[in-house]
Amino acid sequence: MYGVGILKGLGVTIRHFFNTYVEDLRYVGKKLNNTQEFERRQGVDSTGLYTVQYPEEKIAVPERFRFVPFLVVEDDDHPERPGHDWCTSCGICPKVCPPQCIWIVRSEDPVTKRPIPEPEAFFIDIDICMNCGLCAEYCPFDAIKMDHDYELADYDRTGIGVHIHDKEKLSKPFSYWRKIAPTTAWEEAVDRGGWEHIDVIKQKQKSGAPIAKPGPTWDSPYVPPIVPVKEEAPAAETAQAGGEAVGTAAEAAPVEMSAEDAAKEERRKKREAALARKHAKEQGGEG
Amino acid sequence: MTDQMIAPVRPETVDVDAAIGILKERFPDAVKDDTREGYVGVVVERSQLVEVATAIRDELGFDYLSSATAVDYLGIEDSMEMVYHAYRISGGKPLVFKAQTPRENSSIPSLIDIWPGVDFQEREAYDLYGISFPGHPNQKRILMWEGFNGHPMRKDWKEAYYEAELKPFESRWPKGYVRRSEELNIFGKNVAYPADFDLSRLSDDTEASLYAGMGLGVDVEALNSDEELKTDRLVVNLGPHHPSTHGVFRMVVTLNGETIETLEPVMGYLHRNHEKIGERNAWNHNMPFTDRLDYISSMSNNLGYALAVEQLMSRGMRYTPPTYRAEVIRVLMVELTRIVNHLWAIGFLLNDLGAFFTPALYAIAEREKILDFFEATAGSRLMCNYMRFGGVFKDIPERIRSTANLLNDKVRDFETTQYLTQLITETLPRAVDELDTFLTDSEIIKTRTIGVGYLPTETAIAYSAAGPLLRGSGVAYDVRRAEPYSIYPELDFDVAVRYNGDIYDRYLLRIDEMRESLRILKQILPRLERTKGESFFSGNKAVYMPRVAIGEAYGRVENPKGELGYYVVSQGDPKGPQNPWRYHVRAPSFINLTVLGQMCKGQKVADVVAILGSIDIVLGETDR
Repeated sequence: MYGVGILKGLGVTIRHFFNTYVEDLRYVGKKLNNTQEFERRQGVDSTGLYTVQYPEEKIAVPERFRFVPFLVVEDDDHPERPGHDWCTSCGICPKVCPPQCIWIVRSEDPVTKRPIPEPEAFFIDIDICMNCGLCAEYCPFDAIKMDHDYELADYDRTGIGVHIHDKEKLSKPFSYWRKIAPTTAWEEAVDRGGWEHIDVIKQKQKSGAPIAKPGPTWDSPYVPPIVPVKEEAPAAETAQAGGEAVGTAAEAAPVEMSAEDAAKEERRKKREAALARKHAKEQGGEG
Repeated sequence: MTDQMIAPVRPETVDVDAAIGILKERFPDAVKDDTREGYVGVVVERSQLVEVATAIRDELGFDYLSSATAVDYLGIEDSMEMVYHAYRISGGKPLVFKAQTPRENSSIPSLIDIWPGVDFQEREAYDLYGISFPGHPNQKRILMWEGFNGHPMRKDWKEAYYEAELKPFESRWPKGYVRRSEELNIFGKNVAYPADFDLSRLSDDTEASLYAGMGLGVDVEALNSDEELKTDRLVVNLGPHHPSTHGVFRMVVTLNGETIETLEPVMGYLHRNHEKIGERNAWNHNMPFTDRLDYISSMSNNLGYALAVEQLMSRGMRYTPPTYRAEVIRVLMVELTRIVNHLWAIGFLLNDLGAFFTPALYAIAEREKILDFFEATAGSRLMCNYMRFGGVFKDIPERIRSTANLLNDKVRDFETTQYLTQLITETLPRAVDELDTFLTDSEIIKTRTIGVGYLPTETAIAYSAAGPLLRGSGVAYDVRRAEPYSIYPELDFDVAVRYNGDIYDRYLLRIDEMRESLRILKQILPRLERTKGESFFSGNKAVYMPRVAIGEAYGRVENPKGELGYYVVSQGDPKGPQNPWRYHVRAPSFINLTVLGQMCKGQKVADVVAILGSIDIVLGETDR
């Protein structure tokens, strides 16, 4: 009979129509901000058509989601090297980058001209970046990671700091990486043999200092880097570095500062102090 | 042994080596073995190419020309060559033959009379390499515009914003002071025109050559008798900006009334010289670029490239083939991709037929669930960049988890195995069945599609059509069976085939193929379970810049849209170069369009859109 096929097809449309609104009726008034319903409707079970009301609603991205890389730096409350880059400017990421959007200036020791394992400057042109994730995949130091922040629209694309992300804009603390990718961060920590940067772990292994180990499963409680006991530090180093650190702290102590500035200043001081300590140690080692 | 030889040898059934032997016997002067390191096949004297090619097709039975492409050996042999890969439609290995020409005044006889499918491929070689093809009836640029200066794929041609021959660029590290290329190389600076080129007459010129032979200026009164309805000839441009062309694609159509007399596809609006970029890139740089070809099915694009490079790597030292787990995951991804693509294709075919977006939306809703899995596994929904030489990027995650973070506020959490099992055994079969009920019996669809866009079997083979277009015309040719790769030999599935060669059959074929893919996926699930915890990558993860043995390779996979082939040549550095010398993509969307003009002849103008939709093209791949 002519028209039966069309009627059958229209049946499918009607079923979809009702499925869509049956869901709405069942969860009337709860459509927004109800994670459980959201999960059900976005899962394999859902039958109706359903729109995510972006930007009011956003689907959480899975942890392997990749969008424009960022650089991992130590947390601000890290006992030894707060704000210190994980990047050693080894130059693998600019080489594996398919569109060649990563630019690194390797820092040099002003006296010996030997490279220092920390980038002086780091740029990623996010207009060129194709979000492939190869940099993060091949980084031997777990120092460059793919971000989850996909809302990068801007009115201006030129200039450093806008669409050319510089080191300041790229740097995000390790705790951020653990937050957006808990299982991956845990897997990497297991591979490294500890929660900290691979070089720190190696150093600690050599000196016999305790290492913050990841737990048996990814959701086991996070063990923060172990605070070293003051007496364990070599005497010569503390004498040199400690003096310098105290000096910088005394210098930079303006009376009035906004909370934000204060935090920034604090971070800068910590970083400088850590750098000075490290520098002193290196010189001490050479001498 | 000799007793068995008594039976007459049928040349069209002998294997490739024997076929080459026969060929060399017949043309002792013209056919030579390709003796270069890592190369296969024969080199044919170009003056006798047409005779040899005729023998290859008619006497040796290699009736399906998969790929024809050019290579520029500047600095190695100072010659250019055309490389042809001919297959038998009954399956098996290719007969590779090449014809060489000097770089100056290069010309190679056209094979268009033997395999009409080389039409666009020869035009592409002319466009990008400047090789002329005497005998080609329509030799003009296809991807670049008429006024383009030079032939961009030649090794001595440099693009705008040229920085260096090969990646990685020196300027990035250790003194990587950032700059934007357009600041140094201002727009307009690197554009050169031929000496006798006049910009002002450009548009008139190219369009006139395009419209020439379209039958304009015919006297309508004389054309039609008094009894019939008087119709006028009209040239209509469908596209480039038209929702039915699935992108920036243009069809120049001559209409007689509402009937199509000629149709010529015009493409290249999305051309970015993918292959040139590929030759500047290092081997592993190309993987994310392949995503951007057929962006609906990036997983299978990845696989094709990985297979081609693995072929080359297997000839060098220190290479271990992908692990079993890796192959299982690869097939899982590729078959899911096939479903994704066919859902999309059917949805948008219905759009083209006028069922605006209802079927497309139902299809896309199901596709989303597969993309969620891709996103959780590979990190991206479309640009998966998942395969690696020797395995895959990462194992399948235990849970498809989305953590709410500062940016996103909805949480999802599924157990991956459970999610996949439910997807493959319940959700997707249900979706396919639903599409079937929804569309297959619909009288409107039947009226619009049955008998429309007919493609006869012989034409489909001759025009190198591939994928659903070929199988919809009654040729059971599927690379997964014809030249199996990965773990397909051990999987139980049928090659879907339909015999009427019209739009309706191509639609039905896609439904069939989705069911076959689900059948494969159901066999993949226990294998996934069994290999859990095994290694998903056979190489050394620390090797970030692999060096690849010298030679050539042609890796091909059955992409959802047809046969996707990668012809790669590794040359130059004797230690094994880290950049491909030649990187060619045999794009199914591009070659399937060769036959579009034939299929549309005599059809009504409204059907052109549906015929194009039934070929299922993606412009990212067509224009490359």
